[in-house]
Amino acid sequence: MEKFRKITDTAVPLPIENIDTDQIIPARFLKSTDKQGFGDNVFRDWRYDHEGNKNPDFVLNDPTYSGSILVAGDNFGCGSSREHAAWAIAGYGFKVVISSFFADIFKGNALNNGILPIQVTPEYLKDLLQTIKEKPETKLTVDLENQILSSPAGELEFEIDPYKKVCMINGYDDIDFLISKKDKIEAFERERSF
Amino acid sequence: MAGKTLFDKVWDAHVVDTVPNGPQVLYIDKHLIHEVTSPQAFSELEERGIPVARPDQIVATADHNTPTVDQHLPVRDLLSRNQLKQLTENCEKHGITLYGLGHKYNGIVHVMAPELGITQPGMTMVCGDSHTSTHGAFGTIAFGIGTSQVAQVFASQCLLLTKPKSLRVNVNGKLKPNVLPKDVILYVISQIGTNAGTGYFCEYAGNVFEEMSMEGRMTVCNMSIEMGARGGMIAPDQTTFDYVKGREFAPESAEWEQKLEYWKTLPTDADAVFDKEYSFDAADIEPMVTYGTNPGMGIKVTGRIPDKDDVNLEKALAYMNFKKGESLIDKPINYVFIGSCTNSRIEDFRIAANYVKGKQKAANVNAWLVPGSQQVAKQLVEEGLDKVFTEAGFALRQPGCSACLAMNDDKIPEGEYCVSTSNRNFEGRQGQGARTILASPLMAAATAVAGKITDITKQLN
Ligand code: SF4
Repeated sequence: MEKFRKITDTAVPLPIENIDTDQIIPARFLKSTDKQGFGDNVFRDWRYDHEGNKNPDFVLNDPTYSGSILVAGDNFGCGSSREHAAWAIAGYGFKVVISSFFADIFKGNALNNGILPIQVTPEYLKDLLQTIKEKPETKLTVDLENQILSSPAGELEFEIDPYKKVCMINGYDDIDFLISKKDKIEAFERERSF
Repeated sequence: MAGKTLFDKVWDAHVVDTVPNGPQVLYIDKHLIHEVTSPQAFSELEERGIPVARPDQIVATADHNTPTVDQHLPVRDLLSRNQLKQLTENCEKHGITLYGLGHKYNGIVHVMAPELGITQPGMTMVCGDSHTSTHGAFGTIAFGIGTSQVAQVFASQCLLLTKPKSLRVNVNGKLKPNVLPKDVILYVISQIGTNAGTGYFCEYAGNVFEEMSMEGRMTVCNMSIEMGARGGMIAPDQTTFDYVKGREFAPESAEWEQKLEYWKTLPTDADAVFDKEYSFDAADIEPMVTYGTNPGMGIKVTGRIPDKDDVNLEKALAYMNFKKGESLIDKPINYVFIGSCTNSRIEDFRIAANYVKGKQKAANVNAWLVPGSQQVAKQLVEEGLDKVFTEAGFALRQPGCSACLAMNDDKIPEGEYCVSTSNRNFEGRQGQGARTILASPLMAAATAVAGKITDITKQLN
């Protein structure tokens, strides 16, 4: 996993609520057996019409907006457990997703793929979306070490599980940690009484 | 000290270690895998030179991306065929039991594991599929995981997790006739919304769940994820024990007695406190349909679509081509799907067959029946239900996830409505531009016969 410390970049606004994993990556693109190439199909059915033409109204096709930070509506990533959704977001080049609420499984999948989900208040989100809309060149700074998100909408301290923070900053993952617990796991297996 | 919940008891019994101020290492008893979310996890292990820790605690099936016709022939779609081949190779290489396409135990992962007795009370179970919550019907902690976590369980038989908060949904009273478990859960989600459960593990309690069959409890727990909860559980009781006993992988004789004693200690203590609680009166529930693009957008079939200013509602209605304040009764429907891990068990087909018997499906309707497993398919024939359906003009297909997620060829065409017994009505879920209306197997059968949405409350009382 790539290390994550601090990012300053412009953001892409996607003010839709309840964006589900079927929207992020439709099931027909899940036939691949590796993690590559999902970014090409992120938000596929919003980005392209049936003939594969770009939908000019969708924000990813609008040259006004760009950057590695996605700012999305409430309850982002609900639906299925497909990690392909996180691979698609990462594959497209997003490193941070900001929303007022994240679905559990997506949040975990994002963190396991070096994407930082930042939860903000609904009011902050509204202001932030407004700011980006009015001034697409607005830069946001995400400082993971100090857990600070700064934007013209204000400075905000965000939460992250302390263990996950260490993992992201150092580029570690859970597998290394779990394997280091091998003895304890084996002892547990021997002693369990049910 | 306050008592423990069912969830606490099962969770606490599986904690291997606790990271100070951090997550816990939770031991996983059973790991179910399928072709779509496992290949990248196997590759990850291979790249890092890590072996699969406990292959005997893993069971594999092929279900998401399999055809539901001509399963004896090679799979036509090249990518799908490759995905299935990889699953087979990975299972062979690592010594994992696989119930592949055509095997007598093959089926949707959440249908086949309970019916084989793999799912047992008090266990922890995971699968790279969000509807793993289904197994909670047995008093099991069961939840969906991402592919990175699949790799973690492969590597260690454990997961690093933060214990979720507790939520209880109580439904008490007497259900009206023709109100099925699917209606109960669609009603609950329509009342509390699609993220009320996020961060929580849910327990369903009250006489309505106590009186439900195991099949019904599985339908309810299946949809826990649709209210945002990682999983849902129902306390194991005599109904649970009777269901598990004698199944292929259920414990026997002395081991059975010992486990039974333990399972009986699992129900939530009377003085346990939940972080959040909701209560509903069973008498308020009626047959449900959804009108929008998330499972929380549901109304009683006799009800009307809400009429309020809300951009999300407007976006959903634009997709569904419905209007605010409208009733869905008499809406013409051309597709009906009875299947998915929510409603493809034998009980669901019995209910549908009982309604369909002696009737004919409407000419405009394509009615797809997809049993959840080979065992359900076999039972359909043994009980003569296949004849009831084929005589009525329904198409009986072979087991799999099918039109629930439309990864294979079973797609609903653009713009068409489908009354579906599955669990998600997201945009494009059943095919690009397809419009899904979630309902019970009874509502689905009635729709297929009428060719339009009908008020079954009137018809059947
Ligand atoms: S039937 Fe649908 S919800 Fe169930 S496991 Fe298959 S795809 Fe997932």
